[in-house]
Amino acid sequence: MTNSPYLPVVVLLLAAIAFTVSPLVLAWLWAKKFSPHKPGPSKNAIYECGLESAGDAWVQFKPGYYLYAIVFLVFDVEAVFLLPFAVAFTGLTAAESIAMLVFLLLLVEGLVWAYQKKVLVWT
Amino acid sequence: MDEKLKVELGKQGIFTTTLQELYNWGRRNSLWPLNFGLACCAIEMIATTMARYDLARFGAEVFRPSPRQADLMIVAGTITKKMAPQVVRLYNQMAEPKYVISMGACAISGGPFKQGYNVLKGIDRYIPVDVHIPGCPPRPEALIDAFITLQKQIDEQQLTGVGRPRHLDPDAPSEFIVPQFGPHDLEPPQNPDVWRPPLVNISLAGKNESGND
Repeated sequence: MTNSPYLPVVVLLLAAIAFTVSPLVLAWLWAKKFSPHKPGPSKNAIYECGLESAGDAWVQFKPGYYLYAIVFLVFDVEAVFLLPFAVAFTGLTAAESIAMLVFLLLLVEGLVWAYQKKVLVWT
Repeated sequence: MDEKLKVELGKQGIFTTTLQELYNWGRRNSLWPLNFGLACCAIEMIATTMARYDLARFGAEVFRPSPRQADLMIVAGTITKKMAPQVVRLYNQMAEPKYVISMGACAISGGPFKQGYNVLKGIDRYIPVDVHIPGCPPRPEALIDAFITLQKQIDEQQLTGVGRPRHLDPDAPSEFIVPQFGPHDLEPPQNPDVWRPPLVNISLAGKNESGND
């Protein structure tokens, strides 16, 4: 055991634990002996900027923005893939063209869905 | 321990101390002010922390943005009646031990705005102030002087017994009344446990009746 190469590591580990835990224990003992515990409504308040917190933090937000994000994705991804598709169009086989058209169809479906949801209507 | 014996031991290279001295030494040299300015005095407070005046020499350079981590409140500036509840609540939210420096004429008494309808006539109406600094605004040297005064005050505090500071006394309050911003004035207009209006008519002295402000 004394010849184990990990012995210094264990010693250092113990020293590190003692170094970190002892101030906490000392502070706890000090509080027990001298410094009385004094909680209060202001001190225990969650918000700490001098103002009283108003209302509940568990409120609902309308996540309307995700619709814009989806529509943006439809046009953005479409543009990113359509340009290489157009450049390589003459050299593509029929299967590849059909795969690309299926992809386009999916995006168009998304657009139709957004149209039905009246996302495109500017209110 | 006898003071002479302590000095004699110190000459021989033996350092002696008491728990109280060690405690006060630690508190005195690690005053963390609250990062909180109200008016133009705050500019002088900022200047005090900067390189030219360098408050860090006294262990107080760490201005904390949260009252949970601060133990010194420098009331630097005019306290409007709208702001007073927030100041008191911030003081309440600070962890013990906590100290207050009332910086400048406004924080002491309302200063040049004392006649204003919406100016609190001194923060010591609501919270216990340790050091007052006069001036409009006080120079950074004055703030440093207040710091040293506060450090001296801390150094003389007792750990146990009757004269011990508030935070060591289980019966002493840690939080003070937060005034409400009422339609005419703050309610209550002062905390009677902390401050009472001074007597203005000497004939009333002893009759337990105080003058009006």
